[in-house]
Amino acid sequence: MRYVDEYRDADKARALATEIAALCEPGRQYKFMEVCGGHTHTIYKHGIDDYLPESVQLVHGPGCPVCVIPMGRVDDAIAIAEQSDVIMATFGDMMRVPGGRGSFFDSKAAGADVRMVYSPLDALTLARRNPDKRVVFMAIGFETTAPSTAMTVLRAAADGVDNFSVFCNHVTIIPAIKAILDSPDLRLDGFIGPGHVSTVIGCRPYEFIARHHGKPLVCAGFEPLDVLQSVYMIMRQLADGRAEVENQYARVVPWDGNAKALTAIAEVMELRPYFEWRGLGFISQSALKVRDEYAAFDAERIFDVPGVRVADPKACQCGEVLKGVIKPWECKVFGTACTPETPIGTCMVSSEGACAAYYNFGRFSRAHVHEATKR
Amino acid sequence: MCLAVPTEVVELRVDEPDMAVVEVSGVRRAINIGLLASEGVRPGDWVLVHVGFAMSKIDEAEARATLRLLEELGQAYDDELAALAQPVEDD
Ligand code: SF4
Repeated sequence: MRYVDEYRDADKARALATEIAALCEPGRQYKFMEVCGGHTHTIYKHGIDDYLPESVQLVHGPGCPVCVIPMGRVDDAIAIAEQSDVIMATFGDMMRVPGGRGSFFDSKAAGADVRMVYSPLDALTLARRNPDKRVVFMAIGFETTAPSTAMTVLRAAADGVDNFSVFCNHVTIIPAIKAILDSPDLRLDGFIGPGHVSTVIGCRPYEFIARHHGKPLVCAGFEPLDVLQSVYMIMRQLADGRAEVENQYARVVPWDGNAKALTAIAEVMELRPYFEWRGLGFISQSALKVRDEYAAFDAERIFDVPGVRVADPKACQCGEVLKGVIKPWECKVFGTACTPETPIGTCMVSSEGACAAYYNFGRFSRAHVHEATKR
Repeated sequence: MCLAVPTEVVELRVDEPDMAVVEVSGVRRAINIGLLASEGVRPGDWVLVHVGFAMSKIDEAEARATLRLLEELGQAYDDELAALAQPVEDD
Protein backbone atom coordinates (compact mmCIF):
# COMPACT_ATOMS: atom_id res chain seq x y z
CA MET A 1 0.00 0.00 0.00
CA ARG A 2 2.51 2.49 -1.16
CA TYR A 3 0.02 5.30 -1.70
CA VAL A 4 -1.54 4.99 1.70
CA ASP A 5 1.81 5.31 3.36
CA GLU A 6 2.72 8.15 1.10
CA TYR A 7 -0.39 10.20 1.83
CA ARG A 8 -0.97 9.29 5.43
CA ASP A 9 2.56 9.96 6.48
CA ALA A 10 2.54 12.33 9.42
CA ASP A 11 6.17 13.26 8.80
CA LYS A 12 5.31 14.34 5.29
CA ALA A 13 2.44 16.42 6.60
CA ARG A 14 4.75 18.12 9.07
CA ALA A 15 7.38 18.69 6.39
CA LEU A 16 4.78 20.30 4.13
CA ALA A 17 3.48 22.40 7.02
CA THR A 18 7.00 23.65 7.65
CA GLU A 19 7.52 24.51 3.98
CA ILE A 20 4.17 26.31 3.83
CA ALA A 21 5.08 28.30 6.92
CA ALA A 22 8.44 29.18 5.38
CA LEU A 23 6.72 30.59 2.30
CA CYS A 24 4.54 33.00 4.31
CA GLU A 25 5.54 36.61 3.85
CA PRO A 26 5.64 38.27 7.26
CA GLY A 27 2.56 40.39 7.85
CA ARG A 28 0.66 39.00 4.85
CA GLN A 29 -2.68 37.22 5.23
CA TYR A 30 -3.61 34.42 2.82
CA LYS A 31 -7.11 33.28 2.03
CA PHE A 32 -7.71 30.25 -0.19
CA MET A 33 -11.07 28.85 -1.16
CA GLU A 34 -11.69 25.13 -1.42
CA VAL A 35 -14.43 25.02 -4.03
CA CYS A 36 -15.52 21.44 -3.46
CA GLY A 37 -17.50 20.03 -0.54
CA GLY A 38 -15.33 16.91 -0.59
CA HIS A 39 -12.33 19.04 0.36
CA THR A 40 -14.30 20.75 3.12
CA HIS A 41 -14.95 17.29 4.50
CA THR A 42 -11.27 16.29 4.40
CA ILE A 43 -10.21 19.58 5.96
CA TYR A 44 -12.49 19.22 8.97
CA LYS A 45 -12.13 15.49 9.34
CA HIS A 46 -8.34 15.61 9.41
CA GLY A 47 -7.93 18.98 11.03
CA ILE A 48 -5.90 20.39 8.12
CA ASP A 49 -6.26 23.84 9.71
CA ASP A 50 -4.06 22.56 12.52
CA TYR A 51 -1.17 22.22 10.09
CA LEU A 52 -1.47 25.71 8.64
CA PRO A 53 0.05 28.89 10.00
CA GLU A 54 -2.44 31.38 11.39
CA SER A 55 -1.94 33.69 8.45
CA VAL A 56 -3.24 31.01 6.05
CA GLN A 57 -6.99 30.61 6.05
CA LEU A 58 -9.09 28.13 4.12
CA VAL A 59 -12.63 29.21 3.28
CA HIS A 60 -15.39 27.04 1.86
CA GLY A 61 -16.84 27.49 -1.55
CA PRO A 62 -20.14 26.72 -3.24
CA GLY A 63 -19.24 23.21 -4.43
CA CYS A 64 -21.85 21.21 -2.54
CA PRO A 65 -24.57 20.35 -5.09
CA VAL A 66 -27.31 19.83 -2.53
CA CYS A 67 -26.49 23.07 -0.72
CA VAL A 68 -27.06 25.34 -3.70
CA ILE A 69 -30.59 24.20 -4.64
CA PRO A 70 -32.93 27.09 -3.77
CA MET A 71 -36.07 26.50 -1.70
CA GLY A 72 -38.34 27.38 -4.61
CA ARG A 73 -36.96 24.54 -6.75
CA VAL A 74 -37.67 22.07 -3.94
CA ASP A 75 -41.27 23.34 -3.81
CA ASP A 76 -41.55 23.02 -7.60
CA ALA A 77 -40.28 19.45 -7.44
CA ILE A 78 -42.74 18.61 -4.68
CA ALA A 79 -45.57 20.09 -6.75
CA ILE A 80 -44.63 17.64 -9.51
CA ALA A 81 -44.30 14.75 -7.05
CA GLU A 82 -47.81 15.41 -5.75
CA GLN A 83 -49.49 14.67 -9.10
CA SER A 84 -51.38 11.42 -8.78
CA ASP A 85 -49.66 9.46 -11.55
CA VAL A 86 -46.12 10.55 -10.72
CA ILE A 87 -43.21 8.71 -9.14
CA MET A 88 -40.50 11.17 -8.11
CA ALA A 89 -37.05 9.60 -7.99
CA THR A 90 -34.32 11.41 -6.07
CA PHE A 91 -30.92 10.92 -4.48
CA GLY A 92 -31.15 10.24 -0.74
CA ASP A 93 -29.27 13.50 -0.02
CA MET A 94 -32.15 15.53 -1.42
CA MET A 95 -34.79 13.99 0.85
CA ARG A 96 -34.27 16.27 3.83
CA VAL A 97 -33.55 19.49 1.95
CA PRO A 98 -36.10 22.00 3.17
CA GLY A 99 -38.25 23.89 0.68
CA GLY A 100 -40.70 26.60 1.60
CA ARG A 101 -43.37 24.00 2.30
CA GLY A 102 -41.31 21.16 3.70
CA SER A 103 -39.06 18.50 2.21
CA PHE A 104 -39.47 15.38 0.04
CA PHE A 105 -39.67 13.41 3.27
CA ASP A 106 -42.67 15.47 4.34
CA SER A 107 -44.40 15.09 0.97
CA LYS A 108 -43.74 11.34 1.03
CA ALA A 109 -45.26 11.13 4.50
CA ALA A 110 -48.26 13.02 3.14
CA GLY A 111 -48.75 10.40 0.42
CA ALA A 112 -46.63 11.44 -2.56
CA ASP A 113 -44.74 8.61 -4.27
CA VAL A 114 -41.13 9.66 -3.72
CA ARG A 115 -38.39 7.03 -4.11
CA MET A 116 -34.74 7.22 -3.28
CA VAL A 117 -32.45 6.10 -6.07
CA TYR A 118 -28.70 5.69 -6.30
CA SER A 119 -28.44 6.53 -9.99
CA PRO A 120 -30.53 8.18 -12.71
CA LEU A 121 -30.40 4.75 -14.38
CA ASP A 122 -32.44 3.41 -11.45
CA ALA A 123 -35.07 6.06 -12.16
CA LEU A 124 -35.17 4.85 -15.75
CA THR A 125 -35.63 1.29 -14.48
CA LEU A 126 -38.55 2.53 -12.37
CA ALA A 127 -40.11 3.99 -15.52
CA ARG A 128 -39.78 0.70 -17.38
CA ARG A 129 -41.34 -1.21 -14.48
CA ASN A 130 -44.23 1.23 -14.03
CA PRO A 131 -45.52 1.94 -17.53
CA ASP A 132 -48.76 3.43 -16.14
CA LYS A 133 -46.85 6.03 -14.09
CA ARG A 134 -44.82 9.06 -15.08
CA VAL A 135 -41.37 8.81 -13.50
CA VAL A 136 -39.52 12.06 -12.88
CA PHE A 137 -35.87 12.14 -11.89
CA MET A 138 -34.82 15.06 -9.68
CA ALA A 139 -31.50 15.85 -11.38
CA ILE A 140 -29.02 17.81 -9.27
CA GLY A 141 -25.28 18.27 -9.25
CA PHE A 142 -22.37 19.93 -10.99
CA GLU A 143 -20.56 18.67 -14.09
CA THR A 144 -19.64 15.52 -12.16
CA THR A 145 -23.25 14.37 -12.22
CA ALA A 146 -24.64 16.04 -15.36
CA PRO A 147 -23.10 13.47 -17.76
CA SER A 148 -24.94 10.67 -15.94
CA THR A 149 -28.27 12.44 -16.38
CA ALA A 150 -27.48 13.17 -20.02
CA MET A 151 -26.48 9.56 -20.72
CA THR A 152 -29.70 8.37 -19.07
CA VAL A 153 -31.85 10.66 -21.23
CA LEU A 154 -30.01 9.42 -24.32
CA ARG A 155 -30.71 5.85 -23.25
CA ALA A 156 -34.40 6.62 -22.64
CA ALA A 157 -34.63 8.24 -26.07
CA ALA A 158 -32.87 5.34 -27.79
CA ASP A 159 -35.15 2.80 -26.11
CA GLY A 160 -38.31 4.88 -26.54
CA VAL A 161 -39.15 5.03 -22.82
CA ASP A 162 -41.86 7.69 -22.96
CA ASN A 163 -42.89 7.88 -19.29
CA PHE A 164 -39.51 9.13 -18.08
CA SER A 165 -38.41 12.72 -17.62
CA VAL A 166 -35.89 14.76 -15.65
CA PHE A 167 -36.43 17.84 -13.54
CA CYS A 168 -33.14 19.42 -14.43
CA ASN A 169 -31.31 21.38 -11.74
CA HIS A 170 -27.77 20.84 -12.93
CA VAL A 171 -25.44 23.72 -12.23
CA THR A 172 -22.04 24.62 -13.61
CA ILE A 173 -19.03 25.43 -11.49
CA ILE A 174 -17.30 28.16 -13.49
CA PRO A 175 -20.05 30.84 -13.25
CA ALA A 176 -20.24 30.25 -9.49
CA ILE A 177 -16.50 30.84 -9.16
CA LYS A 178 -16.88 33.95 -11.36
CA ALA A 179 -19.66 35.25 -9.11
CA ILE A 180 -17.45 34.76 -6.08
CA LEU A 181 -14.50 36.49 -7.76
CA ASP A 182 -16.76 39.43 -8.61
CA SER A 183 -18.27 39.59 -5.14
CA PRO A 184 -17.02 42.61 -3.21
CA ASP A 185 -17.25 40.88 0.21
CA LEU A 186 -14.32 38.63 -0.28
CA ARG A 187 -10.69 38.88 -1.19
CA LEU A 188 -9.19 35.54 -2.13
CA ASP A 189 -5.58 34.72 -2.93
CA GLY A 190 -6.09 31.40 -4.64
CA PHE A 191 -8.24 28.34 -5.15
CA ILE A 192 -8.07 24.68 -4.29
CA GLY A 193 -9.80 23.37 -7.42
CA PRO A 194 -12.49 20.70 -7.30
CA GLY A 195 -11.23 17.18 -7.98
CA HIS A 196 -14.13 15.27 -9.45
CA VAL A 197 -15.78 18.07 -11.42
CA SER A 198 -12.41 18.42 -13.11
CA THR A 199 -12.38 14.78 -14.27
CA VAL A 200 -15.20 15.93 -16.56
CA ILE A 201 -14.31 19.53 -17.49
CA GLY A 202 -10.52 19.21 -17.20
CA CYS A 203 -8.25 22.05 -16.08
CA ARG A 204 -8.52 24.48 -18.99
CA PRO A 205 -11.81 26.17 -18.00
CA TYR A 206 -10.08 27.56 -14.91
CA GLU A 207 -7.43 29.41 -16.89
CA PHE A 208 -9.32 32.73 -16.76
CA ILE A 209 -8.90 32.70 -12.98
CA ALA A 210 -5.14 32.75 -13.38
CA ARG A 211 -5.03 34.91 -16.49
CA HIS A 212 -7.70 37.54 -15.80
CA HIS A 213 -7.83 37.53 -12.04
CA GLY A 214 -4.19 36.77 -11.36
CA LYS A 215 -4.98 34.00 -8.87
CA PRO A 216 -3.51 30.51 -8.72
CA LEU A 217 -5.75 27.44 -8.85
CA VAL A 218 -4.55 23.93 -8.06
CA CYS A 219 -6.83 20.96 -8.81
CA ALA A 220 -6.53 18.80 -5.73
CA GLY A 221 -7.08 15.24 -4.58
CA PHE A 222 -8.97 14.38 -1.44
CA GLU A 223 -6.29 12.84 0.80
CA PRO A 224 -5.20 15.13 3.62
CA LEU A 225 -1.72 15.29 2.12
CA ASP A 226 -3.20 16.17 -1.28
CA VAL A 227 -4.86 19.20 0.27
CA LEU A 228 -1.70 20.24 2.12
CA GLN A 229 0.37 19.79 -1.00
CA SER A 230 -2.07 21.89 -2.99
CA VAL A 231 -1.84 24.68 -0.41
CA TYR A 232 1.92 24.42 -0.74
CA MET A 233 1.70 24.64 -4.55
CA ILE A 234 -0.48 27.75 -4.34
CA MET A 235 1.90 29.35 -1.82
CA ARG A 236 4.85 28.50 -4.06
CA GLN A 237 3.17 30.22 -7.01
CA LEU A 238 2.47 33.32 -4.94
CA ALA A 239 6.04 33.39 -3.66
CA ASP A 240 7.34 33.12 -7.23
CA GLY A 241 4.92 35.79 -8.44
CA ARG A 242 3.13 33.30 -10.70
CA ALA A 243 -0.59 32.70 -11.23
CA GLU A 244 -1.28 29.44 -13.03
CA VAL A 245 -3.59 26.48 -13.15
CA GLU A 246 -1.79 23.41 -11.84
CA ASN A 247 -2.96 19.83 -11.46
CA GLN A 248 -2.00 18.17 -8.19
CA TYR A 249 -4.52 15.36 -8.87
CA ALA A 250 -3.14 14.31 -12.26
CA ARG A 251 -3.42 10.67 -11.20
CA VAL A 252 -7.20 11.04 -11.66
CA VAL A 253 -7.86 14.35 -13.47
CA PRO A 254 -6.91 14.51 -17.17
CA TRP A 255 -5.91 18.02 -18.26
CA ASP A 256 -8.53 18.01 -21.02
CA GLY A 257 -11.32 16.34 -19.04
CA ASN A 258 -13.58 13.62 -20.43
CA ALA A 259 -14.63 14.34 -24.02
CA LYS A 260 -17.34 11.68 -24.01
CA ALA A 261 -18.97 13.19 -20.91
CA LEU A 262 -18.82 16.74 -22.29
CA THR A 263 -20.34 15.58 -25.58
CA ALA A 264 -23.21 13.84 -23.77
CA ILE A 265 -23.98 16.99 -21.75
CA ALA A 266 -23.86 19.19 -24.86
CA GLU A 267 -26.10 16.81 -26.79
CA VAL A 268 -28.90 16.79 -24.20
CA MET A 269 -28.54 20.09 -22.32
CA GLU A 270 -27.86 23.76 -22.89
CA LEU A 271 -27.18 26.75 -20.65
CA ARG A 272 -30.09 28.55 -19.03
CA PRO A 273 -29.99 32.34 -19.28
CA TYR A 274 -29.98 32.45 -15.48
CA PHE A 275 -30.63 30.27 -12.44
CA GLU A 276 -31.17 30.93 -8.78
CA TRP A 277 -28.62 29.54 -6.33
CA ARG A 278 -29.43 29.16 -2.69
CA GLY A 279 -27.82 32.01 -0.85
CA LEU A 280 -26.02 33.36 -3.93
CA GLY A 281 -29.07 34.64 -5.79
CA PHE A 282 -29.46 34.63 -9.58
CA ILE A 283 -26.32 33.89 -11.57
CA SER A 284 -26.45 34.19 -15.35
CA GLN A 285 -25.61 31.18 -17.53
CA SER A 286 -24.91 29.09 -14.47
CA ALA A 287 -27.18 26.10 -14.95
CA LEU A 288 -28.33 23.60 -17.55
CA LYS A 289 -31.73 22.83 -19.02
CA VAL A 290 -32.91 20.13 -21.39
CA ARG A 291 -32.62 21.05 -25.08
CA ASP A 292 -35.67 21.36 -27.36
CA GLU A 293 -34.67 18.14 -29.13
CA TYR A 294 -35.26 16.25 -25.89
CA ALA A 295 -38.35 18.20 -24.77
CA ALA A 296 -40.23 14.90 -24.35
CA PHE A 297 -37.91 14.13 -21.41
CA ASP A 298 -38.10 17.55 -19.77
CA ALA A 299 -40.32 17.62 -16.67
CA GLU A 300 -40.41 21.42 -16.83
CA ARG A 301 -42.31 21.21 -20.11
CA ILE A 302 -44.40 18.16 -19.30
CA PHE A 303 -45.74 19.47 -16.00
CA ASP A 304 -47.06 22.77 -14.85
CA VAL A 305 -44.13 23.90 -12.75
CA PRO A 306 -45.27 26.69 -10.44
CA GLY A 307 -41.88 28.45 -10.58
CA VAL A 308 -42.01 29.21 -6.90
CA ARG A 309 -39.61 31.75 -5.47
CA VAL A 310 -39.02 31.61 -1.76
CA ALA A 311 -36.70 33.88 0.14
CA ASP A 312 -34.25 32.01 2.36
CA PRO A 313 -35.25 32.04 6.05
CA LYS A 314 -34.09 35.20 7.80
CA ALA A 315 -31.93 33.32 10.25
CA CYS A 316 -30.15 31.43 7.49
CA GLN A 317 -26.65 32.55 6.54
CA CYS A 318 -25.93 29.81 4.01
CA GLY A 319 -25.19 32.42 1.37
CA GLU A 320 -22.35 33.82 3.38
CA VAL A 321 -21.09 30.33 4.19
CA LEU A 322 -21.24 29.31 0.50
CA LYS A 323 -19.27 32.39 -0.48
CA GLY A 324 -16.76 31.83 2.28
CA VAL A 325 -17.59 35.14 3.95
CA ILE A 326 -18.31 33.55 7.30
CA LYS A 327 -17.34 30.25 8.89
CA PRO A 328 -20.16 27.82 9.73
CA TRP A 329 -19.93 28.40 13.47
CA GLU A 330 -20.37 32.13 12.94
CA CYS A 331 -23.96 31.62 11.75
CA LYS A 332 -26.30 32.64 14.54
CA VAL A 333 -28.36 29.44 14.45
CA PHE A 334 -25.46 27.02 13.98
CA GLY A 335 -25.74 24.02 16.29
CA THR A 336 -28.73 25.49 18.11
CA ALA A 337 -31.78 25.92 15.88
CA CYS A 338 -29.91 24.44 12.89
CA THR A 339 -28.51 20.91 13.24
CA PRO A 340 -28.28 17.93 10.85
CA GLU A 341 -31.51 16.57 12.40
CA THR A 342 -33.41 19.86 11.99
CA PRO A 343 -31.63 21.74 9.22
CA ILE A 344 -32.68 25.31 8.54
CA GLY A 345 -30.23 25.78 5.71
CA THR A 346 -28.96 23.33 3.12
CA CYS A 347 -25.32 23.51 4.26
CA MET A 348 -26.42 21.46 7.26
CA VAL A 349 -28.13 18.74 5.20
CA SER A 350 -25.57 17.07 2.99
CA SER A 351 -22.52 15.54 4.62
CA GLU A 352 -20.50 17.61 2.14
CA GLY A 353 -22.07 20.83 3.35
CA ALA A 354 -19.70 23.03 5.30
CA CYS A 355 -22.01 23.34 8.31
CA ALA A 356 -22.67 19.60 8.55
CA ALA A 357 -18.97 18.81 8.11
CA TYR A 358 -18.04 21.24 10.84
CA TYR A 359 -20.85 20.03 13.09
CA ASN A 360 -19.73 16.41 12.72
CA PHE A 361 -16.02 16.85 12.97
CA GLY A 362 -15.93 20.15 14.81
CA ARG A 363 -12.41 20.87 15.84
CA PHE A 364 -10.55 24.06 15.79
CA SER A 365 -7.26 23.95 17.49
CA ARG A 366 -4.30 25.98 16.40
CA ALA A 367 -2.12 24.22 18.92
CA HIS A 368 -0.67 21.77 16.42
CA VAL A 369 0.45 24.56 14.13
CA HIS A 370 3.00 25.83 16.53
CA GLU A 371 4.00 22.23 17.20
CA ALA A 372 4.26 21.45 13.51
CA THR A 373 6.01 24.55 12.36
CA LYS A 374 8.48 24.96 15.21
CA ARG A 375 11.90 25.24 13.76
CA MET B 1 -24.42 11.28 -3.84
CA CYS B 2 -21.40 13.53 -3.69
CA LEU B 3 -18.91 10.71 -3.24
CA ALA B 4 -17.13 8.91 -6.04
CA VAL B 5 -16.25 5.37 -5.01
CA PRO B 6 -13.40 3.28 -6.45
CA THR B 7 -14.63 -0.14 -7.56
CA GLU B 8 -13.14 -3.13 -9.34
CA VAL B 9 -14.64 -4.26 -12.63
CA VAL B 10 -15.48 -7.96 -12.36
CA GLU B 11 -17.50 -8.61 -15.48
CA LEU B 12 -18.55 -6.93 -18.71
CA ARG B 13 -22.18 -7.39 -19.68
CA VAL B 14 -22.42 -9.06 -23.07
CA ASP B 15 -26.11 -8.26 -23.49
CA GLU B 16 -25.66 -4.55 -22.64
CA PRO B 17 -22.44 -3.20 -24.12
CA ASP B 18 -22.33 -0.05 -21.93
CA MET B 19 -22.75 -1.93 -18.66
CA ALA B 20 -20.31 -3.71 -16.37
CA VAL B 21 -20.56 -5.37 -12.98
CA VAL B 22 -18.27 -3.84 -10.36
CA GLU B 23 -17.45 -4.81 -6.82
CA VAL B 24 -16.47 -2.82 -3.75
CA SER B 25 -16.42 -3.86 -0.09
CA GLY B 26 -18.28 -7.06 -0.99
CA VAL B 27 -21.05 -5.16 -2.78
CA ARG B 28 -21.70 -5.93 -6.46
CA ARG B 29 -23.66 -3.80 -8.84
CA ALA B 30 -24.10 -3.12 -12.54
CA ILE B 31 -22.88 0.31 -13.60
CA ASN B 32 -22.55 2.21 -16.86
CA ILE B 33 -19.10 2.44 -18.45
CA GLY B 34 -20.15 4.44 -21.52
CA LEU B 35 -18.16 7.52 -20.45
CA LEU B 36 -14.94 5.48 -20.65
CA ALA B 37 -15.69 4.01 -24.07
CA SER B 38 -12.61 5.54 -25.68
CA GLU B 39 -10.24 4.18 -23.03
CA GLY B 40 -11.77 0.72 -22.91
CA VAL B 41 -12.58 -1.04 -19.66
CA ARG B 42 -11.69 -4.64 -18.81
CA PRO B 43 -12.27 -6.95 -15.86
CA GLY B 44 -9.61 -6.27 -13.23
CA ASP B 45 -9.57 -2.52 -13.98
CA TRP B 46 -10.43 -0.09 -11.19
CA VAL B 47 -12.84 2.72 -11.95
CA LEU B 48 -14.17 5.66 -9.95
CA VAL B 49 -17.96 5.36 -9.86
CA HIS B 50 -20.31 8.28 -9.29
CA VAL B 51 -24.11 7.80 -9.27
CA GLY B 52 -23.88 4.59 -11.27
CA PHE B 53 -21.44 5.77 -13.93
CA ALA B 54 -17.71 5.12 -14.21
CA MET B 55 -16.03 8.55 -14.32
CA SER B 56 -12.38 7.62 -14.74
CA LYS B 57 -9.96 4.74 -14.58
CA ILE B 58 -7.57 4.73 -11.66
CA ASP B 59 -4.73 2.44 -10.68
CA GLU B 60 -5.23 -0.13 -7.99
CA ALA B 61 -2.97 1.50 -5.40
CA GLU B 62 -4.80 4.80 -5.79
CA ALA B 63 -8.12 2.96 -5.54
CA ARG B 64 -7.14 1.25 -2.29
CA ALA B 65 -5.84 4.48 -0.80
CA THR B 66 -9.07 6.25 -1.68
CA LEU B 67 -11.12 3.42 -0.19
CA ARG B 68 -9.21 3.71 3.07
CA LEU B 69 -9.96 7.42 3.14
CA LEU B 70 -13.62 6.80 2.40
CA GLU B 71 -13.90 4.18 5.13
CA GLU B 72 -12.65 6.75 7.60
CA LEU B 73 -15.47 9.07 6.62
CA GLY B 74 -17.79 6.72 8.49
CA GLN B 75 -21.45 7.57 8.01
CA ALA B 76 -21.15 9.36 4.69
CA TYR B 77 -19.41 6.37 3.10
CA ASP B 78 -21.73 3.84 4.74
CA ASP B 79 -24.68 5.73 3.29
CA GLU B 80 -23.09 5.80 -0.16
CA LEU B 81 -22.35 2.06 -0.05
CA ALA B 82 -25.88 1.34 1.15
CA ALA B 83 -27.26 3.42 -1.73
CA LEU B 84 -24.98 1.59 -4.15
CA ALA B 85 -26.13 -1.79 -2.84
CA GLN B 86 -29.80 -0.82 -2.79
CA PRO B 87 -31.95 -2.44 -5.46
CA VAL B 88 -34.50 -0.25 -7.27
CA GLU B 89 -37.33 0.39 -4.82
CA ASP B 90 -40.52 -1.40 -5.84
CA ASP B 91 -42.93 0.60 -3.68
S1 SF4 C 1 -25.94 26.89 10.37
FE1 SF4 C 1 -27.75 26.33 9.15
S2 SF4 C 1 -28.70 28.27 8.55
FE2 SF4 C 1 -26.64 28.76 9.31
S3 SF4 C 1 -25.40 28.81 7.44
FE3 SF4 C 1 -25.26 26.73 8.26
S4 SF4 C 1 -26.90 25.56 7.24
FE4 SF4 C 1 -27.30 27.78 6.87
